[in-house]
Amino acid sequence: MMSQKTLVMGVIGADVHAIGNKILEYAFKQAGFKVVNLGVMVSQEEYIKAAIETAADAILVSSLYGHGEMDCRGLREKCDEAGLENIPLYVGGNLVVGKTPFEEVEKKFKEMGFQRVYPPGTPPEVTIADLKKDLGVDG
Amino acid sequence: MQAVLLIDFGSTYTKVTAVDLNSESILGTAKAFTTVTTDINEGLKNAVEVLHSQIGGTDYTAKFACSSAAGGLKMVAVGLVPDLTAEAAKRAALSAGARVMKVYSYELSTKEVEEIHKLKPDILLLTGGTDGGNKNVILHNAKMLSQIEGNFPVVVAGNKSVAEQVGDLLKQSDKEVRICENVMPEFNVLNIEPARAAIREIFLRRIIQAKGLTKVQSLIDGILMPTPSAVLNAAHRLAAGCGNEKGIGELMVIDVGGATTDVHSIAGGEPARAGVIVKGLPEPFAKRTVEGDLGVRYSASALIEAAGIELVGKRSGLPAEEIMRYVNKISEQPEILPEQDEKLSLVDYGLTSVAVKFAVERHAGKIETSYTPFGVTYLQTGKDLTGIKKIIGTGGPVINSKNPTGILKEAMFESTHPSILKPQSAEFLIDKKYILAAMGLLSENYPEVAIRIMKKELQVL
Ligand code: B12
Repeated sequence: MMSQKTLVMGVIGADVHAIGNKILEYAFKQAGFKVVNLGVMVSQEEYIKAAIETAADAILVSSLYGHGEMDCRGLREKCDEAGLENIPLYVGGNLVVGKTPFEEVEKKFKEMGFQRVYPPGTPPEVTIADLKKDLGVDG
Repeated sequence: MQAVLLIDFGSTYTKVTAVDLNSESILGTAKAFTTVTTDINEGLKNAVEVLHSQIGGTDYTAKFACSSAAGGLKMVAVGLVPDLTAEAAKRAALSAGARVMKVYSYELSTKEVEEIHKLKPDILLLTGGTDGGNKNVILHNAKMLSQIEGNFPVVVAGNKSVAEQVGDLLKQSDKEVRICENVMPEFNVLNIEPARAAIREIFLRRIIQAKGLTKVQSLIDGILMPTPSAVLNAAHRLAAGCGNEKGIGELMVIDVGGATTDVHSIAGGEPARAGVIVKGLPEPFAKRTVEGDLGVRYSASALIEAAGIELVGKRSGLPAEEIMRYVNKISEQPEILPEQDEKLSLVDYGLTSVAVKFAVERHAGKIETSYTPFGVTYLQTGKDLTGIKKIIGTGGPVINSKNPTGILKEAMFESTHPSILKPQSAEFLIDKKYILAAMGLLSENYPEVAIRIMKKELQVL
């Protein structure tokens, strides 16, 4: 048996949208991951500390309230600084603000060091399939 | 009559308390200087003589003791992330009644290992990683620690996946190793009881022997625990009750001493209002914090440094130069007491008040208001103590003060610092006969009697 992969997840910044976070936790657990859910209003430092202590395999960031770009900036650099150079960063929720096309948003987040960026309404199954591929879990 | 003798081997005094189990009352209390360098029994014999000169000779059905003699239980804690496993390790050590000299996190450096060697801990607690989590750091730290000559025992309470490997590394350097459950088995889940129990077991078996306290073991039924954990025990019993004896509800104990100020809170600490998001490690119901820089004798100059001379001046009503003169004097002669010296009693009042203020501020939870573009949200870290209704003062400087109410008021909520979650309206009680540690010992075997005696003896101010 493959050893269980650990995911650190949470809703970043001053964002209190809690429902999607719970649904994702449930979905990832069902898919066989060990989930460390930091809940809502999570600071960049909290993700990093949790990932170090639990030797996490990926960090999944949610942002629903429209300030994702601001809140996520610098997370990659801080991870690198803390010795998490290779940890994959995923981000999703409502990252599109106003009429900006998703491709532009995606490009911006990728430049900020996120491996995978999801448009609003992405079902958990898509992310789970990506995780299995990226982390080398056989589906 | 059915008398029990309770003994507290302190760093300066050996204190004895005689209790009658039948009438559930204190027969008497007495103290004498601790004699740890020669034979600790002498100090005990002297204290008992003083006691018996007051209450007459007595036979005891049992004798129990706690100890903070010979420096107490000195510990070093090592973890991974400072506010996760390192903090969990610190809390486990504190709850075992230890004096935590230093906490280390991440990979230990050569310099830090040398420092640990010099600190000569009685026990080292090594943690790091959740179960299945980080392995490298605790393995690295075990390797580093195995290079230290000192053969202090190590309690290993980290990632279970490498616990045996960690143990083997440490055993290479002849250290006694006790492996127990992880202090943080899952992220943000505290599990400090197994480590606490392991620390206590080693304390009883090894430390007491190393400190020359075994000679008394034959005379008494056992040294049960370090003194601070006896106080925590008493506070916990008094708050929660036992069997048919109801507790008095959530409370705080503030214990000011010459070297440290201890604060114990027995309370859930959940947010008092709705809509507050709690962050950080879960808080233990019975929590102890120790401030090594807030004491009124050995640590008096550290207290001045931490709190500022202005505040001590304001509380004592004396000019700065006068306070400094006294602080220098009491740091050199910690045994002098304010009885004959009116000014020293003012200085003591100032120091004690400020010690209480700062110690409670550090112990209490904090609430942070975060103004987002969409309104206000509240983040709480630590325990919300605003709802606590009882504050108990103990320790010589509080008990012997002419104005204990003034001192304990420093523990209260301040509208000028609303982010510090201190009690908003509470009754003050005072441990006039200095019996809390003794009651903590008694409650190991007679919890209901101990609770009833505390209810009788703690005076409402
Ligand atoms: C309920 C709600 C609230 C509640 C939240 C209650 C709570 N404690 O959860 C309250 C009233 C508090 C609230 C407040 C606000 N809200 Co609101 N809220 C909503 C609402 C109606 C539903 C959210 C929800 O629960 N959806 C259901 C869950 C299951 O879906 P989800 O959250 O999107 O999560 C899923 C996906 O996004 C995805 N996902 C999420 N994260 C990630 C991460 C990864 C890596 C991946 C792969 C996928 C993924 O998977 C999740 C599960 O399927 C939405 C509108 C909507 N219909 O979505 C607005 C909405 C999110 N809110 C919005 C706004 C603007 C606000 C406020 C700023 C309003 C204000 N001006 O005060 C505040 C912000 C407060 C704050 N500090 O966070 C906007 C955000 C606009 C934007 N991003 O451009 C929305 C979209 C409404 C709108 N159309 O304007 N809100």
